Amino acid sequence: MLRACQLTKTFGGLSVLQEASIDFHPGEVHALMGENGAGKSTLLKMLAGLYQPNGGSIEWRGQSVRFQSPHDALSQGIAMVHQELMPIPDLNVAENLLLGMEPVNVLGWVDRAELHRQAQSWLKQLNTDLDTHQPMRRLSVAQIQVVEIAKALARQADVILMDEPTAALSDHEVTALFSAINTLRQRGVAVVYTTHKMDEVFRLADRISVLRDGQLVCTKAAIEFSPESLIAHMVGRELAQVFPPITTTPGDIILEVRGLTREPSFRDISFTLRRGEVLGLAGLMGAGRTEVVSAVFGLTPATSGEILLQGVPTRITCPAEAIAAGIGMVTEDRKGLGIVPAMSVEHNLTLAALPQFSRSALLDAAAERCATQTATTDFAIKASSPQQAIRELSGGNQQKVLLARALLNRPAILILDEPTRGIDIGAKAEIYALIGRLSAQGTAVLLVSSELPEILSLTHRILVLRQGKLSAELDPRQTNQEEILRHAMPQ
Amino acid sequence: MNAARPSLDRNFLNRFGILIALIALALVLSVTTDSFASASNLTNVARQVSINGILAVAVTFVLLTGGVDLSLGSVVALSGVVCALFAHPGEYPLVVPISMGLITGALCGLLNGVLVTWGGIAPFIVTLGMMTMARGLALIFSSGKPVADMTPSLTNLAGDWGPLPIPVLCFAFVALLAWLFLGRFRLGRHLYAVGGNEQAARAAGVSVTKVKIFAYGICGLLTGLAGVVLAARITTGQPNAGQAYELDAIAAVVIGGTSLSGGVGSIRGTILGVLLIGIINNGLDLQGVSSYYQAVIKGLIIVGAVWLDRRQSRS
Repeated sequence: MLRACQLTKTFGGLSVLQEASIDFHPGEVHALMGENGAGKSTLLKMLAGLYQPNGGSIEWRGQSVRFQSPHDALSQGIAMVHQELMPIPDLNVAENLLLGMEPVNVLGWVDRAELHRQAQSWLKQLNTDLDTHQPMRRLSVAQIQVVEIAKALARQADVILMDEPTAALSDHEVTALFSAINTLRQRGVAVVYTTHKMDEVFRLADRISVLRDGQLVCTKAAIEFSPESLIAHMVGRELAQVFPPITTTPGDIILEVRGLTREPSFRDISFTLRRGEVLGLAGLMGAGRTEVVSAVFGLTPATSGEILLQGVPTRITCPAEAIAAGIGMVTEDRKGLGIVPAMSVEHNLTLAALPQFSRSALLDAAAERCATQTATTDFAIKASSPQQAIRELSGGNQQKVLLARALLNRPAILILDEPTRGIDIGAKAEIYALIGRLSAQGTAVLLVSSELPEILSLTHRILVLRQGKLSAELDPRQTNQEEILRHAMPQ
Repeated sequence: MNAARPSLDRNFLNRFGILIALIALALVLSVTTDSFASASNLTNVARQVSINGILAVAVTFVLLTGGVDLSLGSVVALSGVVCALFAHPGEYPLVVPISMGLITGALCGLLNGVLVTWGGIAPFIVTLGMMTMARGLALIFSSGKPVADMTPSLTNLAGDWGPLPIPVLCFAFVALLAWLFLGRFRLGRHLYAVGGNEQAARAAGVSVTKVKIFAYGICGLLTGLAGVVLAARITTGQPNAGQAYELDAIAAVVIGGTSLSGGVGSIRGTILGVLLIGIINNGLDLQGVSSYYQAVIKGLIIVGAVWLDRRQSRS
């Protein structure tokens, strides 16, 4: 039905996609897989009319077409659900869903009753039962996504393109999204989507196309792939061991948290962390994991409870105090709480450790240069120069800079909140190896992750949070994803 | 490698665009007028830009944090009045009126900083309030009349030191210190970090409150200096002096490539912006353009410079 023929796209002389040819069929879920920068999003955006190809063509129902704009593509029946969703927060669900195509009565007024009736019927087709009167801002990311999909349906879309639809979703939200996608498949809609998550792709996709460095590697039915062969296709080499084995034995208790509370996010959280230990914090989105570790780091201090460092009660009211006490953190919100976008790689790297690079208040540029060189080599950071602005780097490389930043202070305790979100497999493997090395050196690591395989393979111990409370402490060698989920699900 | 070429050229334009404009303008003026390139005219231009220059450097600190200071002009008047009140002949040694002017400016700046950080009020509002309040205080302290009868040792500060006007030396000294500070000091780096991403700076252990109060404080202190220099030059403490000075200063900083949203900018750019505005003013004067038209042209240049800058950084 929709066919990409030798599609090519270049940006400023750099080719991001070369002669990719893929057929998309009605009633089929087609996954595009590949590392960051492989060209998946670029391909989607050309199909959606956001980018114009530099070469090749798009065939739609047997005819060669050129989409000048997303609106152009949409009028032909191709809709895109964006990675960064764009609802109008103060309009309600029905108004957002039927924006620009509101039913009107004879006087030209919007017919409210009819508006809600239509919106509900579209949502019902996706097996969702949302109150169409509530404002968009109250919805969860998953619910917003469902509304966006319904919006595409309402515009008679035959092809729906989705760029990383599950990146920000927790597991049960993913399930809801998948049932919506299954409904689309039954209705004969072609769904094309990109993802980094290996387990999902096998649950959902009928066919998989793998891209690597701007080239189409292969397109095959999902059942012809195994997770290992898929990874091998994506990275172009066998990743014998993505997860390094955990070998260290934890030492003395370095951090103890007693009765930490901050309503309404979390209450009565108590746990210990030992030197060299990797402690996993699992839970659904909104269970309070980020809030708990943010309290330990002083980003949003707890209202009651105690934090003991090496047995000594310590008050941590801001990140500066946490850093001084030997705690480092890489936050989940890379853009908001991590990078200073306009600053150079070098200045971003040294930001948290400037006292190391100064004599009195004066900065020592040579020492900074030297540390940057060491970090770029150690962490394999790909930047054109230390002076390059960090916003120009890929997500994985930004993440490595932030990890290197946290480690410059040689923290005894390192908090990692979703350290591998949105980065490619190569960079993930490097971060896993780093966690192993840190643990072997005696650093205590507190790891928050939504990817259960990560938590299961990398940690010594797993804590599960449910609705702001600790619900279980598990041994990763004697548990599995199902058990963790059972403790994480609200009851 | 070919792909790197255009971006290199663009960087070149970004870095040196204003400098090229400045040199081109100076060349045109040297050819088309007899007097532009003369030593006396150039000294005159330098003298004219020095007060705006000090204020532009001052407000660069605040703009880098993503804030704004609208109170510059009023604080210039207030510090000038306070300085003049302590500058009657034979009363105090020279250091007292100068310090009183500087302290007045610094206090206004610190108050701005405290209200912005602890008070959590938008910088636009806080400094708008300070603009009105400082003007009122200047009128109260001077009883609404110019404070005259200043000791010659102070008014001599508007004169020359060797071949160079003292106000120009002040500007040069302030600019040099600010340049060193922003480039070489920890707190200078923190200033860029806070302006570039306040939350990320905090998470990296930077005390955002301290940095901001410092920026407004330094801005106030330098504004006080500008007030003292102005009082020396006009030999009175004028409660109505400095109207709209903040706008000229902000215009120069913005022409120099500093982003109003913070985190991007440099003292080098600010100096070039100050010189560009000064030379354009001087050139229009020399060409006999009426001051009405001068205002229109200046407005166009401000918008045009920023438009070009944005277009470059977007492409």
